[in-house]
Amino acid sequence: MTVKAQYEAVIGIECHVELKTRSKMFCACANEFGGEPNTKVCPVCLALPGSLPVANAEAIRHMIRAGLAFDASIPAFSKFDRKNYFYPDMPKDYQISQYDMPLTLGGIVRYWLEDGTLKECKLTRIHLEEDTGKSMHGGGGDGRIAGSSFSLIDFNRAGVPLMECVSEPDLRSAQEAVGYLEALKRTFVQLGVSDVKMEEGSLRCDANVSIRPVGSTELGTKTEIKNMNSFRSVLRAIESEIERQITLLESGGRIVQETRGWDEGQGETHSMRSKEQAHDYRYFPDPDLVPIEIDAALIDELRKTIPVLPPERFAKYREYGIDPKQATQLVDNSPLADYFDASVAAGANPQTSMNFVLGDLSRLANESGTAVNASAVTPVALAELVALVESKTINSKIAKELLERMWIGEGSPKAIVEKEGLAQTSDTGEIEKLILEVLAANGKAAADYKAGKTNILGFLTGAVMKASRGKANPALVNELLRKKLE
Amino acid sequence: MNDLVKRGAADIAREVRAKRISAAEVTEAALARVDEVDGRLGCYLTRLHDLARQCARRVDERVAAGDTLPLAGVPLAVKDNMCLTGTRTTAASKILENWIAPYTATAVQRMLDAGAVPIGKANLDEFAMGSSCENSALGVTRNPYDLKRVPGGSSGGSAAAVAAFEAAVGLGSDTGGSIREPAAFCNVVGFKPTYGRVSRYGLIAFASSLDQIGPLARTVEDAALAYDAMAGHDPMDSTSIDRAVEPAAASLREDLKGLRVGIVKEFVTAKLGPEIDALYKRAYQELADLGAELVEISLPTADYGLATYYLIAPAECSSNLARFDGVRYGLRVDGADVGAMYEQTRAGGFGPEVKRRILIGTYALSSGYYDAYYVKAQKARTMFAQDFRKAFERCDLIAAPAASSPAFEFDSKSDPYSMYMMDYYTIPMSLAGLPALSVPCGYAGEPALPMGLQLAAPLFEEAKLLGAAHAYERATGYAAKAAPAV
Repeated sequence: MTVKAQYEAVIGIECHVELKTRSKMFCACANEFGGEPNTKVCPVCLALPGSLPVANAEAIRHMIRAGLAFDASIPAFSKFDRKNYFYPDMPKDYQISQYDMPLTLGGIVRYWLEDGTLKECKLTRIHLEEDTGKSMHGGGGDGRIAGSSFSLIDFNRAGVPLMECVSEPDLRSAQEAVGYLEALKRTFVQLGVSDVKMEEGSLRCDANVSIRPVGSTELGTKTEIKNMNSFRSVLRAIESEIERQITLLESGGRIVQETRGWDEGQGETHSMRSKEQAHDYRYFPDPDLVPIEIDAALIDELRKTIPVLPPERFAKYREYGIDPKQATQLVDNSPLADYFDASVAAGANPQTSMNFVLGDLSRLANESGTAVNASAVTPVALAELVALVESKTINSKIAKELLERMWIGEGSPKAIVEKEGLAQTSDTGEIEKLILEVLAANGKAAADYKAGKTNILGFLTGAVMKASRGKANPALVNELLRKKLE
Repeated sequence: MNDLVKRGAADIAREVRAKRISAAEVTEAALARVDEVDGRLGCYLTRLHDLARQCARRVDERVAAGDTLPLAGVPLAVKDNMCLTGTRTTAASKILENWIAPYTATAVQRMLDAGAVPIGKANLDEFAMGSSCENSALGVTRNPYDLKRVPGGSSGGSAAAVAAFEAAVGLGSDTGGSIREPAAFCNVVGFKPTYGRVSRYGLIAFASSLDQIGPLARTVEDAALAYDAMAGHDPMDSTSIDRAVEPAAASLREDLKGLRVGIVKEFVTAKLGPEIDALYKRAYQELADLGAELVEISLPTADYGLATYYLIAPAECSSNLARFDGVRYGLRVDGADVGAMYEQTRAGGFGPEVKRRILIGTYALSSGYYDAYYVKAQKARTMFAQDFRKAFERCDLIAAPAASSPAFEFDSKSDPYSMYMMDYYTIPMSLAGLPALSVPCGYAGEPALPMGLQLAAPLFEEAKLLGAAHAYERATGYAAKAAPAV
C-alpha cells in the first residue's frame, strides 16, 4: 500500500454564485457584468449617507428554487444579518448576509464522476448576500497591492446578489469536488438562476481540505484553499494540498489551521493567514430590512417551475445503458435532452435515439443552423424511424437517408418506406440470386477469398448491398456469402 | 422683524394659496430673520438663501397653476442629517463637513412637494447623538429663551429655529427623544410619529430601528400638517409601513371628553424637585379639566429604558457609521496603508460622544458578549412593547414629562450619564416605537424656562394623539409667548 493510499481526504466546498437578476440585491441598479467603472451605481450601492437597502424579490425566488432543486428545506422565516468588517471595496463596511436563519437549509447535491459513478454530497445551507466592488491596484506592483502606489475601486459589482452554497465535508477527492461543482453549475444554469461564468467571476469557490488515515472517523485539521479560478484549478489545487498535507504528516509535521492561496503558476498552495487572526464579524440582524416570511403557497408555486434537473437526467440515461460521456453531453444541452426525452416517451429505443440525436441530427442542425428541436423532425417522427431500425425493417444506411429526407420535410419515415419499397429484404432466394450475380462479375475476388484472403468478404458484401439498392439485410448477405464461398 | 415670520404654517399656506401673499415674500421675510438673528443663535449650519428663493418661485408658479399645496410657502428648517440634493449635509460631523448630498431624503422631498421652502440646514448633535447640540462639531446653537443655555438635542437647531421665527416648521429626527426634548426646551411642539410612519430614506442613520423623522412647529396644527405631508409608505425604505394614514390635521379637537389618560406610576415627578413636580401635576389636572379621565398605569420596566437603549442604539450605530471610512466621500486622512487611513480618518473625523457610542456598540456586538448585551436588550425591548400594550388596555393616551429639567447651561452636564438621563422619560416610547410628542406646558426655574408635556399614544394613533395635544394647547396657550432672548 502506497503512503498516499493510507490517507483519505475530507473536503467541503463553499461557493459563491452571482444570481442572474434584472437589478442588484438591494437597489435598482442593473445587475450586468462589466461596463465603464462606476456607471452602475446609486446612493444605495455606494452606501451614501442615509441610503437604505430594499431586498430584491427575484433573488429570493431564485434562492428558493435553488433550494428546492436540491431538496433543501425552506424555512417559513428567514432574515438578513450584517457581517461587519472593513474593506475598501465593500461600501457599507458591512456585508448584508444571512447568519443563523438562511433561506435554505440542508439538501443533497447529486453529482457524477467522469466514469459515470453517481455520488451525493449534503448541503449545509444556501444563503443570500451581496457582492462587493472590485479593487485594482496601480502604480507598480503589477496589479498586486504590494508595491502599488494607488488603488482604484469599481463599484459596478457592489450589491450584486450572491448566493453562498456551503457543503458538508462529504467529498473525498479533488475529482469529487469538481463533480460536485459541475453539478451545481449545471443545476443553476438549468434553473436560470445564474449564468455561472467562472471567467466573469460569477462562480467563486473555496475548499476546506483535511486528511485522515483511512478508516478513521475523526476529522483532521483543515486548511481553507482560496484563489481557484477554474474547475481545473480546483482539481489541481486540492490534489496539491492533499499531497502537501500527506507529505507534512509523514515527515512528522503538524497541519496548521489556516487560509492558503492557490498559485496557478507555481502549482501549489501557500499560506495567506492563520485562523488565529480571524475576524469577529459581529453579526446582528439588519435593522434596515424586515424579516422574510415565506408561505407554503409561494413554495408550491415555485416548485412547479423546477424543470428536470441534470443529475436526475444523467441517472436516467445511465439506466438506459447510455455511456457516461454521451449522457453528459446530452445533459449539458437541455433543449436536446428535452427532445431526446420526448422521443423516448414516444417509444424510441433510448440508445438508438441517442445515436441519432448526438450524431446525424446534431450534424444536420449544425449544417443547417436550425436547432434539432425546431426542425421538421419531430420526436415522434424520430421514434418512428428508430422503430424501423429496431425492427430491422430498414438498415442503418437507409435510415440515414431517410433522416435527411425527414429533415427537409418529407414527412413520416414509415410512409416513405412503404411508398418506395425501401424495407430491408430478408428474402433468401432474392439475396442468393444477387450473390450469384456479384460472384460472377467478381471472379477474382471470390478466388482470393478461397485462397485465404477472407478480408475481401467486406468488399463482396458491399457489392451485394449495392446490387440490392441498400435494401438487403446486411447480416444475412454476409452469412449467405460466406456459405456460398466455403 | 417682519410679522410674516410669526405666522404659522397653516396660516401661511392658506394665505399663499389664496394669493394674498406670495411664497417669495414669506421666504424673504424668513431669510431676513435668519440674517438678523442667526449669528447669535446658530440654528443653521448652512443657510440656503438661493435654494429657498428658487423653491419659493416654484411654489408661486405652482399656486398660480392651481396646485393646492398644503404647505405652500412654509419656511422649513431641515435638520442637517437629512439629505437635500446640492446642499452640504454634515450630520454636524467633521467627517462629513464638506459633503454635498446628491439626492434628497423622501421626507424632505415630500415637504418640498407640499410647498415648503427650505431655509437652512439646522444644527444637531453629531450624528444625532446627544441631548443639547453641544456634540455638534460644526457650530453652537443657543436657546432662544436664554442664550446661556442649550436648545436641547439632538434636533436643537430645528427647535431653536422654529422658536426664534427662523422657520415655521422644522424637521427633526428622534431616536430616544431628539425631537421631544429640544421641543420642550424651546417651547415648541415636537412630534415623533410611530416608528416606520415616515420614511428614513435619506436620513443619515444613527440607530436604524429607532430613528424616526418628525416635525417641530409652534402649533400642534402646524405639526399635524407637516406630518400629513410626510407620512406614508416609501418603497425606498423597507421598514416604512404600508398602511393608510389617517389625516391628523382633520382630527384636531377642542376637548378631551371620553379619553382616558394614563399617568405612569413609576415616573415619580417629585424626584425632579417641587417646582417641576407641581408643574406636571398641574398639567395632568389641565388634561382632566378638559374632560380626560386620569388613570394610573404601570410601566414596570421603566427603569431599564436607558440601559436597554444604550445597548441597542450604540450597537446599531457602530455598524451604521462604519461607512465613514475615508474611501468614497467625506473626510480622508491619509495613512501609510489602508488600515492607517481608516484609523486616522475616523479618529480625526468623529467627536468624543460618537466614538464612545461606536466603542460601546462594538463591544456589545462582540463575540462572547452579544448574548449578554445585545440579545438581552432586544428581549427587554419586547417587554417594553408588552408593558405599553398592557397599559393601553386601560388608557387611550399616556401623559409624562418630556424631559427631566428645563434647558440647562452650556457645559453643565459634566458626565455622559447625566446627559443620558435627560431622555429618561422619552426613551421607553422610542423603544416601543410609539408615537409621542411634546407640547409646551408652562415654565419653571429662574429665569422661567419652558417645559414640555409628553403625550404618547398606541402605535399608529397619531391622529388621536395630535387631536388631544391640540385641545391641550388651545386650552392652555403656553406656547404663545415669543422667545425673549431674541
